[in-house]
Amino acid sequence: MNGEQQAVIIVLAVAATLLTRAIPFIIFPEGKERPQTVLYLGRVLPAAVFGFLVVFCLKDTDFTAGAYGVPEMLSAAVTAAVHVLLRNMMVSIASGSLLYIVLVNFVTG
Amino acid sequence: MSETERDNSLPSGRSQEKASQGGNAGRSALAAFPVTLPVMAGYLFLGISYGIYCHSLGLSWFYPIVIAACVYAGSAEFVLANFLMGGFHPLSVFIMIFVINARHLFYGLSMLEKFAGLGWKRLYLIFGMTDETFSINYAIEPPRGADRGWFMFFITLYNHFYWVAGAGLGWVIGDMLTGQIKGVSFVMTALFVVIFMEQWLKDANHIPACLGIALTVICVLLFGRENFVIPSMAAICLLLLVLRPVLRNTGKKAGGSKRAEERR
Repeated sequence: MNGEQQAVIIVLAVAATLLTRAIPFIIFPEGKERPQTVLYLGRVLPAAVFGFLVVFCLKDTDFTAGAYGVPEMLSAAVTAAVHVLLRNMMVSIASGSLLYIVLVNFVTG
Repeated sequence: MSETERDNSLPSGRSQEKASQGGNAGRSALAAFPVTLPVMAGYLFLGISYGIYCHSLGLSWFYPIVIAACVYAGSAEFVLANFLMGGFHPLSVFIMIFVINARHLFYGLSMLEKFAGLGWKRLYLIFGMTDETFSINYAIEPPRGADRGWFMFFITLYNHFYWVAGAGLGWVIGDMLTGQIKGVSFVMTALFVVIFMEQWLKDANHIPACLGIALTVICVLLFGRENFVIPSMAAICLLLLVLRPVLRNTGKKAGGSKRAEERR
């Protein structure tokens, strides 16, 4: 991708983000009824999108060769477990990432 | 919503605000700072992670700073940086960033009244409405003597600054680290695992979360690593709508949700 294409991508990302934040103020002036479908998606969509994002992050993992995806799966599982136990975002991210870095640098190489 | 809040959003509150704007801005700026301290810790940490991540992808220093300042949406920025290193897929990027950030639609719905009548500040408040900034602006009332509009404005501004500063700092740290270390980019995976688990612990029904994972895995297998984004998003939205009769009463856990909300 060249510099101009990157600029286009960044501008699109800004526009998409801004839209999600501004749309309610544009289409629902105060007091206007909000459709049930919108409210329903608001409840169920986040969990599904976060699931999508986890898979998106792991999409380049090679399960057929090398370390067979073990460092990725193990580190993700540890991140999740630490988070369930301590419920501290920073500790969870740091422990999972450090484990992964140790695994790919010193163990599976 | 309390009576006093409602008063503020009426035209009479507007003229009152105008009259006392000058003096209240400084007081509001001071009052807003302590409220943002937990966010400072979180944003510096995540911002630094983001800067390190950008560096690990080979992006130069101005990318994390410009993206942090202009996009200002944590998780979407990681995805965006990832996309910048791949092929030119503008539609995929737009749809994906929109869907990742779609939760902001619901923050906006909750802030319709609170942002009413704030003039130009409203534009910045809408632009800067991240998860954390929304939570604070939604939940915390300005102390006596502070102006509601300025109070929210400064909360948003401080948080914005922490995020951009963290991203810049992270790139510098990444510059000192990488070359010697592999796997630093796993911070993005860890971030999304944490966000996923946080949502999981809040939800009473896990069908949407499982659907998100299952449908995306299926789409990666069917369409390949380059082309699964749009099919996954479409499949997720479609199936959630189809399953509406089953999932209609899906909500947050009765007890745990409030506390979880506060912790963030």
